[in-house]
Amino acid sequence: MSELPKQLKYATTHEWVKPESDLVVKVGITDFAQEELGDLVYIELPEVGRKLAEKEQCAVVESVKTASDLFSPVAGEVIAINEALADSPELVNEDAFGTWLFSLKIDNAADLDTLLDADAYAESIA
Amino acid sequence: MSDLKRTPLYDLHLALNAKMVAFAGYQMPIQYPTGIIKEHLHCRSLAGFFDISHMGQCLVSGGNIAAQLDKLVPSDIVNLSTGEQRYTVLTNTEGGIIDDLIIGRLGDGFMLVFNAACEDKVITYLQSNLLGHLQLLSEQALFALQGPSAKEVMAELSAQACDLAFMQVLQTDINGIQCTISRSGYTGEDGFEISVAKQYGPLIAELILSFAQVKPVGLGARDTLRLEAGLSLYGHELNDNISPVEAGLSWLVDKNKCGYPGAEIIQQQLQQGAARKRIGLLVEGKTPVRDQYQIYNGADVLVGTITSGSFSPCLDQPIALALIDAQCSDKTLYAQVRNKKIALQVTKLPFVAHQYYRG
Repeated sequence: MSELPKQLKYATTHEWVKPESDLVVKVGITDFAQEELGDLVYIELPEVGRKLAEKEQCAVVESVKTASDLFSPVAGEVIAINEALADSPELVNEDAFGTWLFSLKIDNAADLDTLLDADAYAESIA
Repeated sequence: MSDLKRTPLYDLHLALNAKMVAFAGYQMPIQYPTGIIKEHLHCRSLAGFFDISHMGQCLVSGGNIAAQLDKLVPSDIVNLSTGEQRYTVLTNTEGGIIDDLIIGRLGDGFMLVFNAACEDKVITYLQSNLLGHLQLLSEQALFALQGPSAKEVMAELSAQACDLAFMQVLQTDINGIQCTISRSGYTGEDGFEISVAKQYGPLIAELILSFAQVKPVGLGARDTLRLEAGLSLYGHELNDNISPVEAGLSWLVDKNKCGYPGAEIIQQQLQQGAARKRIGLLVEGKTPVRDQYQIYNGADVLVGTITSGSFSPCLDQPIALALIDAQCSDKTLYAQVRNKKIALQVTKLPFVAHQYYRG
Protein backbone atom coordinates (compact mmCIF):
# COMPACT_ATOMS: atom_id res chain seq x y z
CA MET A 1 0.00 0.00 0.00
CA SER A 2 1.48 3.32 -1.07
CA GLU A 3 1.28 6.45 1.07
CA LEU A 4 -1.97 8.40 0.81
CA PRO A 5 -1.22 11.82 -0.70
CA LYS A 6 -2.10 14.52 1.85
CA GLN A 7 -3.21 17.06 -0.75
CA LEU A 8 -6.06 14.83 -1.93
CA LYS A 9 -9.57 14.47 -0.50
CA TYR A 10 -11.21 11.04 -0.30
CA ALA A 11 -14.69 9.51 -0.48
CA THR A 12 -15.61 6.44 1.58
CA THR A 13 -16.42 4.77 -1.77
CA HIS A 14 -12.67 4.91 -2.64
CA GLU A 15 -12.54 7.84 -5.06
CA TRP A 16 -9.95 10.58 -4.61
CA VAL A 17 -10.52 14.26 -5.42
CA LYS A 18 -7.73 16.66 -6.34
CA PRO A 19 -8.59 20.40 -6.23
CA GLU A 20 -7.02 21.94 -9.36
CA SER A 21 -8.25 25.51 -9.51
CA ASP A 22 -11.32 27.44 -8.52
CA LEU A 23 -14.18 24.87 -8.50
CA VAL A 24 -12.32 22.47 -10.82
CA VAL A 25 -11.29 19.06 -9.45
CA LYS A 26 -9.89 15.85 -10.85
CA VAL A 27 -11.28 12.51 -9.71
CA GLY A 28 -9.60 9.11 -9.61
CA ILE A 29 -9.73 5.88 -7.61
CA THR A 30 -7.49 5.12 -4.67
CA ASP A 31 -4.61 2.68 -4.62
CA PHE A 32 -6.61 0.59 -2.17
CA ALA A 33 -9.43 0.37 -4.74
CA GLN A 34 -7.17 -0.63 -7.64
CA GLU A 35 -5.46 -3.19 -5.40
CA GLU A 36 -8.82 -4.70 -4.46
CA LEU A 37 -10.02 -4.77 -8.08
CA GLY A 38 -6.86 -6.24 -9.61
CA ASP A 39 -5.89 -5.83 -13.28
CA LEU A 40 -8.22 -3.30 -14.90
CA VAL A 41 -9.31 -4.04 -18.47
CA TYR A 42 -12.00 -1.42 -19.14
CA ILE A 43 -13.15 1.89 -17.69
CA GLU A 44 -16.47 3.40 -18.74
CA LEU A 45 -16.35 7.15 -18.09
CA PRO A 46 -19.22 9.69 -17.96
CA GLU A 47 -19.88 11.92 -20.96
CA VAL A 48 -18.45 15.42 -20.94
CA GLY A 49 -21.23 17.84 -20.06
CA ARG A 50 -23.09 15.40 -17.81
CA LYS A 51 -24.26 16.91 -14.53
CA LEU A 52 -23.69 14.65 -11.55
CA ALA A 53 -25.28 14.72 -8.13
CA GLU A 54 -23.21 13.82 -5.09
CA LYS A 55 -22.87 10.01 -4.79
CA GLU A 56 -24.43 9.51 -8.25
CA GLN A 57 -23.23 6.39 -10.07
CA CYS A 58 -21.17 7.85 -12.93
CA ALA A 59 -18.56 5.35 -14.16
CA VAL A 60 -17.79 1.64 -14.24
CA VAL A 61 -14.37 0.19 -13.56
CA GLU A 62 -13.93 -3.37 -14.84
CA SER A 63 -11.19 -5.75 -13.79
CA VAL A 64 -10.58 -9.21 -15.22
CA LYS A 65 -12.93 -10.61 -12.60
CA THR A 66 -15.61 -8.03 -11.99
CA ALA A 67 -17.35 -4.74 -12.79
CA SER A 68 -17.55 -2.06 -10.09
CA ASP A 69 -19.55 1.14 -10.02
CA LEU A 70 -17.91 4.47 -9.35
CA PHE A 71 -19.72 7.33 -7.66
CA SER A 72 -19.28 11.06 -8.00
CA PRO A 73 -17.66 12.24 -4.75
CA VAL A 74 -19.20 15.72 -5.12
CA ALA A 75 -21.92 17.37 -7.23
CA GLY A 76 -20.79 19.04 -10.45
CA GLU A 77 -20.50 18.93 -14.24
CA VAL A 78 -18.08 16.65 -16.10
CA ILE A 79 -15.75 18.95 -18.05
CA ALA A 80 -13.13 16.45 -19.24
CA ILE A 81 -12.33 12.74 -19.21
CA ASN A 82 -8.94 11.04 -19.35
CA GLU A 83 -8.94 9.76 -22.96
CA ALA A 84 -5.77 7.72 -22.41
CA LEU A 85 -7.75 5.24 -20.32
CA ALA A 86 -9.76 4.01 -23.33
CA ASP A 87 -6.68 2.12 -24.57
CA SER A 88 -4.73 1.83 -21.34
CA PRO A 89 -6.91 1.20 -18.28
CA GLU A 90 -3.86 -0.44 -16.64
CA LEU A 91 -2.46 3.09 -16.03
CA VAL A 92 -4.72 3.12 -12.96
CA ASN A 93 -3.09 -0.08 -11.67
CA GLU A 94 0.35 1.37 -12.29
CA ASP A 95 -0.28 4.72 -10.60
CA ALA A 96 -3.72 5.14 -9.06
CA PHE A 97 -3.06 8.53 -7.47
CA GLY A 98 -1.33 9.88 -10.58
CA THR A 99 -4.04 8.78 -13.03
CA TRP A 100 -7.20 10.87 -13.10
CA LEU A 101 -10.45 9.51 -14.57
CA PHE A 102 -12.54 12.63 -15.09
CA SER A 103 -12.57 16.29 -14.22
CA LEU A 104 -15.51 18.06 -12.59
CA LYS A 105 -16.57 21.68 -12.24
CA ILE A 106 -18.14 21.41 -8.85
CA ASP A 107 -21.32 23.19 -7.77
CA ASN A 108 -20.14 24.29 -4.33
CA ALA A 109 -16.58 24.59 -3.12
CA ALA A 110 -17.84 23.89 0.38
CA ASP A 111 -18.82 20.35 -0.70
CA LEU A 112 -15.13 19.43 -0.64
CA ASP A 113 -15.20 19.83 3.12
CA THR A 114 -17.60 16.90 3.40
CA LEU A 115 -14.89 14.56 2.06
CA LEU A 116 -12.32 12.69 4.15
CA ASP A 117 -8.72 13.79 4.52
CA ALA A 118 -5.90 11.27 4.08
CA ASP A 119 -5.84 10.28 7.75
CA ALA A 120 -9.59 9.73 7.98
CA TYR A 121 -9.59 7.70 4.75
CA ALA A 122 -6.65 5.63 5.98
CA GLU A 123 -8.67 4.84 9.08
CA SER A 124 -11.72 3.87 6.99
CA ILE A 125 -9.75 1.20 5.10
CA ALA A 126 -7.68 -0.01 8.04
CA MET B 1 -13.23 -16.62 6.73
CA SER B 2 -12.71 -18.65 9.92
CA ASP B 3 -15.21 -21.39 9.05
CA LEU B 4 -13.55 -21.95 5.67
CA LYS B 5 -11.29 -24.90 5.05
CA ARG B 6 -7.61 -24.48 4.26
CA THR B 7 -5.56 -26.42 1.75
CA PRO B 8 -2.17 -27.79 2.86
CA LEU B 9 -0.57 -24.82 1.06
CA TYR B 10 -2.43 -22.15 3.05
CA ASP B 11 0.72 -20.91 4.80
CA LEU B 12 2.65 -20.96 1.53
CA HIS B 13 -0.04 -18.83 -0.18
CA LEU B 14 0.19 -16.29 2.63
CA ALA B 15 3.99 -16.30 2.41
CA LEU B 16 3.65 -15.64 -1.33
CA ASN B 17 1.34 -12.68 -0.50
CA ALA B 18 -1.64 -14.22 -2.28
CA LYS B 19 -4.98 -12.47 -2.17
CA MET B 20 -7.20 -15.08 -0.53
CA VAL B 21 -10.91 -15.48 -1.27
CA ALA B 22 -13.67 -17.88 -0.27
CA PHE B 23 -14.26 -20.50 -2.97
CA ALA B 24 -16.35 -23.67 -2.56
CA GLY B 25 -15.86 -23.67 1.20
CA TYR B 26 -12.10 -23.10 1.03
CA GLN B 27 -9.80 -20.14 1.41
CA MET B 28 -8.10 -20.06 -1.98
CA PRO B 29 -5.59 -17.76 -3.68
CA ILE B 30 -7.40 -15.72 -6.35
CA GLN B 31 -4.10 -14.14 -7.38
CA TYR B 32 -0.58 -13.40 -6.23
CA PRO B 33 0.93 -9.87 -6.29
CA THR B 34 1.91 -10.39 -9.96
CA GLY B 35 -1.76 -10.15 -10.94
CA ILE B 36 -4.08 -12.27 -13.07
CA ILE B 37 -2.92 -11.07 -16.50
CA LYS B 38 0.81 -11.65 -15.87
CA GLU B 39 0.12 -15.00 -14.16
CA HIS B 40 -1.95 -16.05 -17.16
CA LEU B 41 0.71 -15.04 -19.70
CA HIS B 42 3.43 -16.70 -17.63
CA CYS B 43 1.54 -20.00 -17.72
CA ARG B 44 1.15 -19.74 -21.51
CA SER B 45 4.83 -18.90 -22.07
CA LEU B 46 6.65 -20.93 -19.36
CA ALA B 47 4.83 -22.76 -16.55
CA GLY B 48 2.29 -22.09 -13.83
CA PHE B 49 1.81 -23.92 -10.54
CA PHE B 50 -1.76 -24.17 -9.23
CA ASP B 51 -3.00 -25.39 -5.85
CA ILE B 52 -6.24 -27.18 -6.69
CA SER B 53 -6.45 -29.15 -3.45
CA HIS B 54 -10.02 -27.94 -3.00
CA MET B 55 -11.12 -30.30 -5.77
CA GLY B 56 -12.79 -33.56 -4.84
CA GLN B 57 -10.79 -36.77 -5.23
CA CYS B 58 -11.92 -40.32 -4.54
CA LEU B 59 -11.05 -43.93 -5.29
CA VAL B 60 -13.70 -46.46 -6.19
CA SER B 61 -13.04 -50.17 -6.33
CA GLY B 62 -14.48 -53.61 -5.68
CA GLY B 63 -17.07 -55.79 -7.40
CA ASN B 64 -17.46 -55.10 -11.08
CA ILE B 65 -16.68 -51.44 -10.50
CA ALA B 66 -15.89 -50.67 -14.16
CA ALA B 67 -19.33 -51.85 -15.27
CA GLN B 68 -21.01 -49.93 -12.46
CA LEU B 69 -19.23 -46.65 -13.22
CA ASP B 70 -19.91 -47.22 -16.90
CA LYS B 71 -23.66 -47.10 -16.17
CA LEU B 72 -23.39 -43.55 -14.80
CA VAL B 73 -21.67 -41.73 -17.67
CA PRO B 74 -22.12 -41.36 -21.45
CA SER B 75 -18.46 -42.30 -22.13
CA ASP B 76 -16.98 -45.76 -22.42
CA ILE B 77 -15.39 -46.67 -19.08
CA VAL B 78 -15.33 -50.48 -19.37
CA ASN B 79 -12.71 -50.35 -22.09
CA LEU B 80 -10.54 -47.75 -20.36
CA SER B 81 -7.09 -49.31 -19.90
CA THR B 82 -5.05 -49.12 -16.74
CA GLY B 83 -3.15 -45.83 -16.79
CA GLU B 84 -5.68 -44.07 -18.98
CA GLN B 85 -8.10 -41.39 -17.90
CA ARG B 86 -11.16 -39.84 -19.45
CA TYR B 87 -12.96 -36.53 -19.06
CA THR B 88 -16.68 -37.20 -18.79
CA VAL B 89 -19.89 -36.19 -17.02
CA LEU B 90 -22.30 -37.74 -14.55
CA THR B 91 -25.74 -37.34 -16.10
CA ASN B 92 -29.15 -37.16 -14.48
CA THR B 93 -32.32 -38.83 -15.81
CA GLU B 94 -33.23 -35.67 -17.78
CA GLY B 95 -29.87 -35.72 -19.55
CA GLY B 96 -28.52 -32.81 -17.49
CA ILE B 97 -25.08 -32.80 -15.91
CA ILE B 98 -24.59 -33.60 -12.20
CA ASP B 99 -20.89 -32.81 -12.51
CA ASP B 100 -18.02 -33.04 -14.96
CA LEU B 101 -15.11 -35.15 -13.81
CA ILE B 102 -11.96 -37.08 -14.69
CA ILE B 103 -12.05 -40.85 -14.33
CA GLY B 104 -8.67 -42.59 -14.38
CA ARG B 105 -8.05 -46.34 -14.17
CA LEU B 106 -5.46 -47.34 -11.58
CA GLY B 107 -4.93 -51.03 -10.90
CA ASP B 108 -8.18 -52.59 -9.69
CA GLY B 109 -10.04 -49.33 -9.24
CA PHE B 110 -10.62 -45.87 -10.57
CA MET B 111 -9.59 -42.46 -9.35
CA LEU B 112 -12.17 -39.71 -9.79
CA VAL B 113 -11.46 -35.97 -9.68
CA PHE B 114 -14.46 -33.68 -9.55
CA ASN B 115 -15.48 -30.11 -8.74
CA ALA B 116 -15.11 -28.83 -5.18
CA ALA B 117 -18.53 -27.15 -5.29
CA CYS B 118 -20.16 -30.47 -6.29
CA GLU B 119 -18.35 -32.68 -3.77
CA ASP B 120 -21.26 -33.38 -1.42
CA LYS B 121 -23.75 -34.19 -4.17
CA VAL B 122 -21.26 -36.28 -6.15
CA ILE B 123 -20.28 -38.35 -3.12
CA THR B 124 -23.91 -38.90 -2.11
CA TYR B 125 -24.77 -39.83 -5.68
CA LEU B 126 -21.87 -42.26 -6.06
CA GLN B 127 -22.54 -43.88 -2.69
CA SER B 128 -26.12 -44.61 -3.65
CA ASN B 129 -25.28 -45.78 -7.18
CA LEU B 130 -22.09 -47.80 -6.76
CA LEU B 131 -22.00 -51.07 -4.85
CA GLY B 132 -18.21 -51.10 -4.56
CA HIS B 133 -15.96 -49.38 -2.08
CA LEU B 134 -15.68 -45.57 -2.18
CA GLN B 135 -12.76 -43.89 -0.47
CA LEU B 136 -12.82 -40.10 -0.33
CA LEU B 137 -9.24 -38.85 -0.67
CA SER B 138 -9.68 -35.91 1.67
CA GLU B 139 -6.10 -36.37 2.91
CA GLN B 140 -4.67 -35.80 -0.57
CA ALA B 141 -3.51 -32.45 -1.94
CA LEU B 142 -3.84 -31.79 -5.67
CA PHE B 143 -1.62 -29.53 -7.74
CA ALA B 144 -1.43 -28.63 -11.42
CA LEU B 145 1.73 -27.77 -13.30
CA GLN B 146 0.77 -26.27 -16.65
CA GLY B 147 2.51 -24.63 -19.57
CA PRO B 148 5.13 -25.31 -22.25
CA SER B 149 7.91 -25.69 -19.66
CA ALA B 150 5.95 -28.14 -17.49
CA LYS B 151 7.63 -31.12 -19.17
CA GLU B 152 11.15 -29.78 -18.53
CA VAL B 153 10.30 -29.43 -14.85
CA MET B 154 8.66 -32.85 -14.69
CA ALA B 155 11.71 -34.39 -16.37
CA GLU B 156 13.69 -33.39 -13.26
CA LEU B 157 11.02 -34.69 -10.85
CA SER B 158 9.93 -37.94 -12.43
CA ALA B 159 11.22 -39.21 -15.80
CA GLN B 160 8.41 -41.78 -15.76
CA ALA B 161 5.70 -39.15 -15.44
CA CYS B 162 7.38 -37.13 -18.17
CA ASP B 163 6.80 -40.02 -20.59
CA LEU B 164 3.03 -39.89 -20.10
CA ALA B 165 0.86 -38.69 -22.99
CA PHE B 166 -2.22 -36.50 -22.57
CA MET B 167 -4.84 -38.23 -20.38
CA GLN B 168 -2.51 -40.92 -19.07
CA VAL B 169 -1.94 -41.40 -15.35
CA LEU B 170 0.45 -43.34 -13.14
CA GLN B 171 1.47 -43.87 -9.54
CA THR B 172 5.08 -43.02 -8.99
CA ASP B 173 7.22 -41.03 -6.62
CA ILE B 174 8.97 -37.66 -6.50
CA ASN B 175 12.07 -37.82 -4.29
CA GLY B 176 10.64 -40.92 -2.64
CA ILE B 177 7.23 -39.36 -1.96
CA GLN B 178 4.33 -41.36 -3.39
CA CYS B 179 2.35 -39.35 -5.99
CA THR B 180 -0.36 -40.00 -8.54
CA ILE B 181 0.58 -37.99 -11.63
CA SER B 182 -1.46 -37.49 -14.76
CA ARG B 183 -0.74 -35.61 -17.97
CA SER B 184 -3.78 -33.40 -17.87
CA GLY B 185 -5.07 -30.06 -16.70
CA TYR B 186 -7.65 -27.45 -17.50
CA THR B 187 -5.71 -24.61 -19.12
CA GLY B 188 -5.34 -25.90 -22.68
CA GLU B 189 -1.58 -26.23 -22.09
CA ASP B 190 0.54 -29.34 -21.85
CA GLY B 191 0.98 -30.18 -18.20
CA PHE B 192 0.46 -32.44 -15.23
CA GLU B 193 -1.76 -32.88 -12.21
CA ILE B 194 -0.11 -34.25 -9.09
CA SER B 195 -1.99 -35.83 -6.22
CA VAL B 196 0.06 -36.26 -3.05
CA ALA B 197 -0.60 -36.88 0.65
CA LYS B 198 -1.35 -33.59 2.41
CA GLN B 199 1.62 -33.72 4.74
CA TYR B 200 3.98 -33.75 1.74
CA GLY B 201 2.04 -31.06 -0.12
CA PRO B 202 4.18 -28.08 0.93
CA LEU B 203 7.39 -30.01 0.20
CA ILE B 204 6.32 -30.93 -3.34
CA ALA B 205 4.92 -27.44 -3.96
CA GLU B 206 8.14 -25.73 -2.88
CA LEU B 207 10.17 -28.16 -4.94
CA ILE B 208 8.15 -27.34 -8.08
CA LEU B 209 8.20 -23.60 -7.33
CA SER B 210 11.99 -23.74 -6.96
CA PHE B 211 12.31 -24.08 -10.74
CA ALA B 212 12.95 -20.70 -12.39
CA GLN B 213 10.35 -21.38 -15.11
CA VAL B 214 7.51 -21.87 -12.59
CA LYS B 215 5.41 -19.13 -11.01
CA PRO B 216 2.36 -19.62 -8.77
CA VAL B 217 -0.96 -18.95 -10.49
CA GLY B 218 -4.22 -18.26 -8.67
CA LEU B 219 -7.84 -19.15 -9.38
CA GLY B 220 -8.32 -15.87 -11.27
CA ALA B 221 -5.94 -16.85 -14.05
CA ARG B 222 -7.06 -20.47 -13.85
CA ASP B 223 -10.46 -19.18 -14.96
CA THR B 224 -9.14 -16.98 -17.81
CA LEU B 225 -6.90 -19.83 -19.00
CA ARG B 226 -9.75 -22.35 -19.15
CA LEU B 227 -11.97 -19.77 -20.84
CA GLU B 228 -9.39 -19.09 -23.59
CA ALA B 229 -9.09 -22.86 -24.00
CA GLY B 230 -12.87 -23.00 -24.52
CA LEU B 231 -13.29 -25.36 -21.57
CA SER B 232 -16.58 -25.47 -19.70
CA LEU B 233 -16.96 -24.68 -16.02
CA TYR B 234 -19.59 -26.30 -13.86
CA GLY B 235 -22.16 -23.75 -12.70
CA HIS B 236 -21.60 -21.75 -15.91
CA GLU B 237 -21.61 -23.80 -19.13
CA LEU B 238 -22.64 -26.97 -17.29
CA ASN B 239 -25.41 -27.62 -14.79
CA ASP B 240 -28.28 -29.98 -13.95
CA ASN B 241 -30.39 -28.52 -16.76
CA ILE B 242 -27.81 -28.47 -19.57
CA SER B 243 -27.08 -31.67 -21.50
CA PRO B 244 -23.61 -32.62 -22.76
CA VAL B 245 -24.87 -32.11 -26.33
CA GLU B 246 -25.99 -28.55 -25.56
CA ALA B 247 -22.72 -27.91 -23.71
CA GLY B 248 -20.62 -28.78 -26.77
CA LEU B 249 -19.49 -32.06 -25.18
CA SER B 250 -20.99 -34.44 -27.78
CA TRP B 251 -17.44 -35.66 -28.40
CA LEU B 252 -17.41 -37.40 -25.03
CA VAL B 253 -20.72 -39.19 -25.65
CA ASP B 254 -20.31 -42.76 -26.89
CA LYS B 255 -22.78 -42.85 -29.81
CA ASN B 256 -23.50 -46.56 -29.32
CA LYS B 257 -24.05 -46.44 -25.59
CA CYS B 258 -27.36 -46.67 -23.79
CA GLY B 259 -28.48 -47.40 -20.24
CA TYR B 260 -26.87 -44.46 -18.44
CA PRO B 261 -29.16 -41.81 -16.89
CA GLY B 262 -30.75 -39.61 -19.55
CA ALA B 263 -29.31 -41.75 -22.38
CA GLU B 264 -32.47 -41.66 -24.48
CA ILE B 265 -32.72 -37.88 -24.30
CA ILE B 266 -29.03 -37.45 -25.09
CA GLN B 267 -29.18 -39.92 -28.01
CA GLN B 268 -32.21 -38.11 -29.39
CA GLN B 269 -30.38 -34.76 -29.14
CA LEU B 270 -27.37 -36.25 -30.93
CA GLN B 271 -29.57 -37.37 -33.82
CA GLN B 272 -32.11 -34.55 -34.03
CA GLY B 273 -30.25 -31.68 -32.41
CA ALA B 274 -30.70 -30.03 -29.03
CA ALA B 275 -32.64 -26.84 -28.27
CA ARG B 276 -29.56 -24.86 -27.32
CA LYS B 277 -25.88 -24.79 -28.24
CA ARG B 278 -22.72 -23.50 -26.65
CA ILE B 279 -20.78 -20.92 -28.66
CA GLY B 280 -17.64 -18.79 -28.37
CA LEU B 281 -17.82 -15.01 -28.74
CA LEU B 282 -15.21 -12.36 -29.48
CA VAL B 283 -16.35 -9.02 -28.13
CA GLU B 284 -15.98 -5.96 -30.37
CA GLY B 285 -14.27 -3.22 -28.42
CA LYS B 286 -13.06 -3.30 -24.85
CA THR B 287 -16.26 -3.69 -22.80
CA PRO B 288 -16.29 -7.05 -21.01
CA VAL B 289 -19.49 -9.06 -21.15
CA ARG B 290 -20.23 -11.12 -18.06
CA ASP B 291 -22.02 -14.26 -16.96
CA GLN B 292 -25.84 -13.90 -17.22
CA TYR B 293 -25.83 -10.94 -19.62
CA GLN B 294 -28.53 -11.45 -22.23
CA ILE B 295 -27.77 -11.91 -25.93
CA TYR B 296 -29.86 -10.60 -28.84
CA ASN B 297 -29.73 -11.11 -32.60
CA GLY B 298 -29.70 -8.27 -35.15
CA ALA B 299 -33.52 -8.11 -35.03
CA ASP B 300 -33.32 -7.51 -31.26
CA VAL B 301 -34.78 -10.92 -30.40
CA LEU B 302 -33.42 -12.55 -27.24
CA VAL B 303 -31.47 -15.66 -28.33
CA GLY B 304 -29.46 -16.65 -25.27
CA THR B 305 -27.27 -15.82 -22.30
CA ILE B 306 -23.57 -15.38 -21.61
CA THR B 307 -22.36 -18.26 -19.41
CA SER B 308 -18.76 -17.04 -18.85
CA GLY B 309 -17.29 -13.71 -19.84
CA SER B 310 -13.89 -12.27 -19.08
CA PHE B 311 -10.81 -10.75 -20.62
CA SER B 312 -8.41 -12.78 -22.75
CA PRO B 313 -4.83 -11.80 -21.87
CA CYS B 314 -3.50 -13.60 -24.98
CA LEU B 315 -5.93 -11.99 -27.42
CA ASP B 316 -5.95 -8.72 -25.44
CA GLN B 317 -9.71 -8.39 -25.73
CA PRO B 318 -12.86 -9.57 -23.95
CA ILE B 319 -14.14 -13.06 -24.83
CA ALA B 320 -17.14 -15.11 -23.72
CA LEU B 321 -18.91 -18.42 -23.86
CA ALA B 322 -22.68 -18.44 -24.26
CA LEU B 323 -25.63 -20.76 -24.51
CA ILE B 324 -27.97 -19.75 -27.35
CA ASP B 325 -30.90 -21.13 -29.36
CA ALA B 326 -29.57 -23.90 -31.60
CA GLN B 327 -31.51 -22.40 -34.54
CA CYS B 328 -29.62 -19.13 -34.35
CA SER B 329 -26.92 -19.10 -37.05
CA ASP B 330 -26.15 -15.34 -36.99
CA LYS B 331 -22.46 -14.51 -37.00
CA THR B 332 -22.97 -11.21 -35.20
CA LEU B 333 -24.90 -11.02 -31.95
CA TYR B 334 -25.34 -8.32 -29.31
CA ALA B 335 -25.04 -8.34 -25.54
CA GLN B 336 -26.98 -5.92 -23.40
CA VAL B 337 -24.37 -4.20 -21.22
CA ARG B 338 -25.92 -1.55 -18.99
CA ASN B 339 -27.62 0.86 -21.46
CA LYS B 340 -25.64 -0.25 -24.53
CA LYS B 341 -25.70 -3.09 -27.03
CA ILE B 342 -22.20 -4.52 -27.49
CA ALA B 343 -21.48 -6.39 -30.75
CA LEU B 344 -20.17 -9.96 -30.49
CA GLN B 345 -18.67 -12.12 -33.24
CA VAL B 346 -19.37 -15.84 -33.07
CA THR B 347 -16.04 -17.64 -33.31
CA LYS B 348 -14.55 -21.15 -33.39
CA LEU B 349 -13.45 -22.68 -30.10
CA PRO B 350 -10.96 -22.80 -28.53
CA PHE B 351 -9.98 -19.13 -28.58
CA VAL B 352 -6.35 -20.18 -28.03
CA ALA B 353 -5.11 -23.49 -29.49
CA HIS B 354 -4.64 -26.48 -27.17
CA GLN B 355 -1.06 -27.68 -26.70
CA TYR B 356 -1.73 -31.17 -25.34
CA TYR B 357 1.11 -33.69 -25.67
CA ARG B 358 -0.33 -36.70 -27.40
CA GLY B 359 2.85 -38.76 -27.51
